[in-house]
Amino acid sequence: MDLKEKLISSFWAFENHLDEDSYLHSIRTNAIKNFQEQGFPSKKEESWKYTSLNSLLKNDFSVFPKQENAIEYNDVKKYFIHDIDSYKIVFIDGKYSSHLSQTTHDGMDICLMSSALSKPKYRILIENYFNKIAKQESLTSLNTAFSSEGAYIHIPKNKMVAKPIQIIHFSTGNESAIMLQPRNLIVVDENSHVQIIERHQSLNDNPVLTNSVSELFINKRAIVDYYKIQNDNQNASLIDNTYIKQKQESICSVHTFSFGGKLTRNNLNFSQQGERINSTLKGITIIGDKQHVDHNTLVHHMEPNCESHQDYKGVFGENSTGVFNGKIIVDKIAQKTNAFQSNKNILVSDKATINTKPQLEIFADDVKCSHGCTIGQLDESAMFYLRSRGIPQKEAKALLMYAFSNNVLNSVKIPEIKQRITKIIANKLGVNIGFDL
Amino acid sequence: MLKINNLHASVEDKSILKGINLEINPGEVHAIMGPNGSGKSTLASVIAGKEDYEVTKGTILFEGEDIEELAAEDRAHKGIFLSFQYPVEIPGVSVTNFIKTAINESRKAKGLEDMPAKDMLKLIREKAELLEMDRKFLSRSLNEGFSGGEKKRNEIFQMAMLEPKLAILDETDSGLDIDALRIVANGVNKLKSKDNAVLVITHYQRLLDYIVPDFVHVLHNGKIVKSGTKELAHELEAKGYDWIKEEVNA
Repeated sequence: MDLKEKLISSFWAFENHLDEDSYLHSIRTNAIKNFQEQGFPSKKEESWKYTSLNSLLKNDFSVFPKQENAIEYNDVKKYFIHDIDSYKIVFIDGKYSSHLSQTTHDGMDICLMSSALSKPKYRILIENYFNKIAKQESLTSLNTAFSSEGAYIHIPKNKMVAKPIQIIHFSTGNESAIMLQPRNLIVVDENSHVQIIERHQSLNDNPVLTNSVSELFINKRAIVDYYKIQNDNQNASLIDNTYIKQKQESICSVHTFSFGGKLTRNNLNFSQQGERINSTLKGITIIGDKQHVDHNTLVHHMEPNCESHQDYKGVFGENSTGVFNGKIIVDKIAQKTNAFQSNKNILVSDKATINTKPQLEIFADDVKCSHGCTIGQLDESAMFYLRSRGIPQKEAKALLMYAFSNNVLNSVKIPEIKQRITKIIANKLGVNIGFDL
Repeated sequence: MLKINNLHASVEDKSILKGINLEINPGEVHAIMGPNGSGKSTLASVIAGKEDYEVTKGTILFEGEDIEELAAEDRAHKGIFLSFQYPVEIPGVSVTNFIKTAINESRKAKGLEDMPAKDMLKLIREKAELLEMDRKFLSRSLNEGFSGGEKKRNEIFQMAMLEPKLAILDETDSGLDIDALRIVANGVNKLKSKDNAVLVITHYQRLLDYIVPDFVHVLHNGKIVKSGTKELAHELEAKGYDWIKEEVNA
């Protein structure tokens, strides 16, 4: 039985155990039918041309982990941004860990998807927001069919959330191979401000495939800063599907830092449904070995006077491959749009590959749109300059790679995240230098 | 300190240095002059260890050790410093971070701990003052958007921080106005001691009014064709290089 069949038959077993009303039941059954019809994406599809899931899907993934696993905080502390005070929503093998989490219902809800889906008091929000902007494509549908757990965050209006929220998914490797389907719903009401950090971390070498879906609704004048730290181990793969709907004058930034993992695909979708919206999409990718990172972005400008800024930097070593596919759609009504996109890459090995493709579909006539992509190599004269000052080759390379990408960190608002990212980069490049900005 | 013997070097099979002999002792200032294309900058790069150049014959001894096989960073650790004619712009690396990394990597190579942050800061301030550099300058990206004078001052600032045994100044005077020239030369002179040496590479005599050489060598077509004292530099300034070429060809 291949993975697709296994998932479909597991779904019916799972769904029959749920004591749920027809509303969610019909969403889930429609979703599994969608997945059944479409199947896993293949390279024949334009947006999957450079990313193949084939070898990954040969693993015999468990869909429902059998036992719950405890983890001690001290063993996993390093995966948290632990030097700041924060809310924490933590999952182990897809199950909520109250032990590692710090949630709240005090004037806002920073808690669990499972409660939100089952408790009547959340019903209106679920009916208004759950599965409303997630695309009906196959992987998102698969997640919807199995969605039972993840982070549920609702910030009511006029609320400045003082502490960032960390969402962390651990997998323990108790199963020989595991597939996880985390589902996050984040609703931020008018004038509120929240910062979120998301991470997926496998704690041993067994294969993990995470198919994550997050829906973010950002209402008028709200501000959301979202940080994705992707530094998982070499047998963990991640398909991240993030759907963001912004209302007028809201500001949202998503920073994606990709250093680890075997295969990472980031589907990041912005839909601007109001005037004077600002969306920022930034990323640093530094990979080597046989790693693969694919950034697939979509910014849909649907109203006038909005902005979007995209800046993705990539450094590819050894046999790694990168993909950047950035699409900007400007509707006819969306006059005075400012849309910028930049994707710059360095190949540090002859065997590394990057495929970069900007796609602009502009139907309005009074807009400013620009895009640029470059692929280059480390500057040899800069290397000699650094080495002639006594900085050894490896350190000089690392310094140049860091220098190439560090402008992306300028817009990170939490200093501890900047420090963590620079540390991860130094580790990744095998050097022990400060990298101070 | 530096002993170059019958040095031949080429780049992409093009022979540029064709038998250089040069000996520099501690406490000495040497100047190498010569027309464009004579091989001056190549000589500087070969001593500093630029990999584009291939040494085809001869030896370079530094403190008695053949350094031909050593990487640029290892030569730097031994005390060789090259002030670049065209310092490279590196956006994203601040002057301070760059020099900190350079100092600590050199210390690491010598088995020393990183310099304590406080001492580093003090040293940076002291040396920046010597070169009359603005504090703001230190947090800017390395050479990015620097004027010609700022770039050269930054080179000598790095030299002051690294305290090399042998400093090679490659066309340090080019692009400098008279004030910047004075500051840079003054910096070099203050760093001079009986234990270190300076090799000044220049097209014009101007810099040598400020950094006075003990010996002047004329490089022509990949060879040192004439050596003398500082008076030779004046003669070149007055008469140009043609008479040297004629003398060689005669």
